[in-house]
Amino acid sequence: MLTVEGLFSAYGRIEVLHDVSLEVAAGEIVALVGSNGAGKTTLMRTLSGVQPIRGGRITFEGATINAVPAHLRVSLGISQSPEGRQVFGPLSVEDNLRLGAYRRRDGGAQASLARIYDLFPVLREKRHLAAMGLSGGQQQMLAIGRALMAAPKLLLLDEPSLGLAPVLIDQIIDAIVTLKGEGMTILLVEQNASTALAIADRGYVLETGRIAFQGTGAFLLGHPKVREAYLGA
Amino acid sequence: MAEVMAEFLQLAFSGLTVGAVYALVALGFTLIYNASDVINFAQGDFVMIGGMGTVFLTAAGIALPLAALIAIIGTVIVGLLLHRFAIQPARGASPVALIMITIGASIFIKGVAQVVFDKQFHSLPAFSGDTPIAIGGATILPQSLWVVGGALVLVVALYMFLEHTLLGKAVLATAANRLAARLVGINVTIVLALAFGVSAAIGAVAGVLVTPITLTRYDLGTLFALKGFAAAMVGGMGNPMGAVVGGLLIGLMEAFGAGYISSTYKDAVAFIAILVVLFFMPRGLFGGRSVERV
Ligand SMILES: Nc1ncnc2c1ncn2[C@@H]1O[C@H](COP(=O)(O)OP(=O)(O)O)[C@@H](O)[C@H]1O
Ligand SMILES: [Mg+2]
Repeated sequence: MLTVEGLFSAYGRIEVLHDVSLEVAAGEIVALVGSNGAGKTTLMRTLSGVQPIRGGRITFEGATINAVPAHLRVSLGISQSPEGRQVFGPLSVEDNLRLGAYRRRDGGAQASLARIYDLFPVLREKRHLAAMGLSGGQQQMLAIGRALMAAPKLLLLDEPSLGLAPVLIDQIIDAIVTLKGEGMTILLVEQNASTALAIADRGYVLETGRIAFQGTGAFLLGHPKVREAYLGA
Repeated sequence: MAEVMAEFLQLAFSGLTVGAVYALVALGFTLIYNASDVINFAQGDFVMIGGMGTVFLTAAGIALPLAALIAIIGTVIVGLLLHRFAIQPARGASPVALIMITIGASIFIKGVAQVVFDKQFHSLPAFSGDTPIAIGGATILPQSLWVVGGALVLVVALYMFLEHTLLGKAVLATAANRLAARLVGINVTIVLALAFGVSAAIGAVAGVLVTPITLTRYDLGTLFALKGFAAAMVGGMGNPMGAVVGGLLIGLMEAFGAGYISSTYKDAVAFIAILVVLFFMPRGLFGGRSVERV
């Protein structure tokens, strides 16, 4: 579904991603792990088109999308829940979700809304509240829900467990597994590598802007170097 | 006693009339500031273009309603051009640089207006005649009702647009978090252009409505921009409700100040208001939006 070949990305003159290649097939959960500052968020931003691409090629469903602007990538079916949640603070929970369906023209927003409220019942409870009044975990659910409102083919999740209490992390992970069960394709970025690799079909380890290891989730979980560097074992 | 009351009412009417115009200019500031962080000092020139455009079009024999409509559309085009050729190319520039750009644009607009129009003061006939309406011993001009009523309609229309349409919500979303707005598929460039276009339209309508009362000239925008800016600051920059209240407040303070103290310092009232309010409430009466961007 998604193919990234030899991707370069930079902030000004500082190159952050060097020759990154990866692939996500339909129906997979692919985990992208790596330490803080490795370039995971930069990669996600580049995939969504909010960060310019310096070199290489991004192909989505067979078409090169390098030149497609961010808003049209959402129309193509790439939707992201960004790092740090980035909810629309002063807007209500429901408005945040409805804006997730901003580019949808299939009239399915209402049905998606109901489904997201089933996935995260607390959002239904708080639907009239301003998003900035939610707890961190609830904002994370809102960010994921908002991304789902676009009815994406590929869901990009950047650090959905960041800063959450363990019980909330479990809730988010359960939701991700549920989504996969429904056929969603997911690229999951996590610093919390063990959790991510445990539910992933395949994974990549990003080290200072380069792919250092790749393989199935189980392979990476068992890899001595990966265990040493990222799993604290 | 009745005389005192009548004088008070008279001053209040005139304060509310000019305050309504300040409120509209402040709303224009607010809309653009929210969507783009730009404080657009060309906002007052939109008022001038709306008024002057209508004056010259009616002079050319076009009926007033049509002339006003054309002038408003023309002002919107100026607003869009301002965004496209002055603001958009400077994307990412510092707030101070962007303010400088809008001040430059304002000077440029005045220069062009001097050539396209002229350097004289102009007026329009009042829409519903000049017979004052007596209320409680005071009188109000029918045109004042047009100004206040028109401002009310615009405020309600803007509120309905922002709160009850998806496109309006997209403007609010862009103001709240531009990165997230892009990630949900909002074309932020279009939203910013929309903010400039709508602000220009609001300014132009204010210009059409107020010209029969205050007269207009190619350089009148500066005064409106300063008063509208003061109103927006007093209310809390970025807060639409604050813009409206701030505008009315400054209009009223000017009128009462001129009536009870002296009209010599009328134009200083706005600045005293800014200083006083910001000294005690640095974020304005209604709390402006904190400038945070990702
Ligand atoms: N907006 C930015 N401007 C300049 N450098 C940045 C910016 N965002 C991130 N970086 C740098 O890019 C590198 C990768 O950051 P990031 O993609 O956020 O990593 P990760 O998500 O893996 O923690 C880091 O060295 C970081 O300092
Ligand atoms: Mg990151």
